[in-house]
Amino acid sequence: MSQAQKGDWVQIYQVILPVGERAPQVPAETAGVPLEMWVKGFLEEEQAQVGTDVTIRSLAGRLLQGQLVAIKPDYEVNYGFPQPELLTIGVELRAILEGNGNV
Amino acid sequence: MSNTSYQAVIARKPEIIKKATNIDYAAFESGEIGFDYERMMSQVAYSLNKIRQIQQETGVGNTPLLELKNITALARQLAGPGKGARIFIKDEACNPSGSFKARRASVSVYHAKQHGYKGVVAATSGNFGAAIASQAAMRGLKSIIVQEVFDSRGIGQPEILEKGRACEAYGAEVIQMTVGPELFYQFLLVLEQTGYFNASLYTPFSICGIETLGTEIAEQTLLATGRKPDAVVVTHAGGGNVTGTARGLQRAGCESTQIVAASVDLKGLHMASDIDFNRKSFTTGHTGFGMPFATSPDRADVPRNAARPLRYMDRYVTITQGEVFYVTEMLAMLEGLERGPAGNTSLTAAFVMAQHMECDEVIVVQETEYTGAGKHPSPQLSFAKKNGIEVRRGNPIENVPGKAIIIPEHPGQINIKDINLDRVRQSYLRNALGSVGTGALHPQDIEFLAAETRLEAAIVEKKVREIQENL
Repeated sequence: MSQAQKGDWVQIYQVILPVGERAPQVPAETAGVPLEMWVKGFLEEEQAQVGTDVTIRSLAGRLLQGQLVAIKPDYEVNYGFPQPELLTIGVELRAILEGNGNV
Repeated sequence: MSNTSYQAVIARKPEIIKKATNIDYAAFESGEIGFDYERMMSQVAYSLNKIRQIQQETGVGNTPLLELKNITALARQLAGPGKGARIFIKDEACNPSGSFKARRASVSVYHAKQHGYKGVVAATSGNFGAAIASQAAMRGLKSIIVQEVFDSRGIGQPEILEKGRACEAYGAEVIQMTVGPELFYQFLLVLEQTGYFNASLYTPFSICGIETLGTEIAEQTLLATGRKPDAVVVTHAGGGNVTGTARGLQRAGCESTQIVAASVDLKGLHMASDIDFNRKSFTTGHTGFGMPFATSPDRADVPRNAARPLRYMDRYVTITQGEVFYVTEMLAMLEGLERGPAGNTSLTAAFVMAQHMECDEVIVVQETEYTGAGKHPSPQLSFAKKNGIEVRRGNPIENVPGKAIIIPEHPGQINIKDINLDRVRQSYLRNALGSVGTGALHPQDIEFLAAETRLEAAIVEKKVREIQENL
């Protein structure tokens, strides 16, 4: 879906500082990339295509402008994969507590 | 409309911050670098009774103090005869937003409301964002949180993404940025454009809000054990947690309680590096904040930081990322408490310290924090592996920050490393003298430096001379 409707929950993007305008104290790898910003909110325009400049109303009620980059953006976070390095720790510790482990 | 270029906004910093905090910091300054910290705390911050009332209004504080009986038993198995202090933990995850940060946010948001501000702004990638958003929701203020979240590939640190989600859940506008200290520019711009209150982590309001954590620990420990805590271990990053907790303990008469600061060792990783950013599996409670804020506290987003950890820490220890993940698992599996992981930094240190203390002594771990998707050992380790970090069981001495996370094979392998506080004090003095150069100091400057470093005035004078001679 690349077209958003008025009131959709969307994400906008802006370059805040382009390369060459970064603060003098940042290390080279940071100075070599722009400072970027993303904010989410409700689309103000009747319709808008991803990639176009739009206005949103944020949860704090502010009107903010930027390039539309995502419609109903994913939160991304999850619990990842079960970690074999962690899975046996509980059993090992119980065994030590119960006197069957290697102290 | 005023000039919004980087240089112009940074140049307007003093007036923007003054309007957004409403504190006349200059009134507490004297000499070249001197600053009457105690007078600022007594005149600007609220009284303990008032703080209790403010926090009661929004359900903050009065969290349970839990005895970790199984972890204590495990520590005693590893310890020598007669050793193994009782380990208690203050379950700060029970606060409205899931961490002790609700204490700091509660007073700031109350103050902002009292003084007619319509909203609050905070620059934080940590639990403080959700705390501000939650307290602002309760008191009917708007909130805006500015976070450092992504590297230049647009990849977000899972723990910070979760904290951003939590902020939105409480109704905050979340501004997500890529890596870099220029986040502060965006923060100033937001303060200027909105006229909202600067809910900084480092104002007297924020720090005084933590004092109740110290007084509650004193009261609950006495009730549970009949004695004052022998040691309290505090996860240390920006210094507020150490400062506020220690001040509260002192207020409650725990002058002889040892205050131990604990940080995850992230030595070698640059905090402003686009590459190092996602090679960290802990986004707070680490030495990347802990050391600079101990040696140069006034690097904060207010002219004078109310968090001054070097005044309060009796000991500063580090542990590794893998050890904290292991102990996070220990807390869930042995005590039935799924918490952290960053908050368990202090528990990891306490587990080791308890083994060297007497059986009848009491050690208190001063916080837990909520856990959730992203903010949990399994997503953090999944993310670390995806970013090329080696994760394996082994001896934690093989840990290399940003390269290898070593999960202990046995609880006896967990260890703490002491940071030499004399060296930290020396760095502090060098930094403090940075703006003075070889210029003469006034008596009030020496008095200030003595209070900051807990050294005799004569020793401070000698050290200052030595530093200035080498400039």
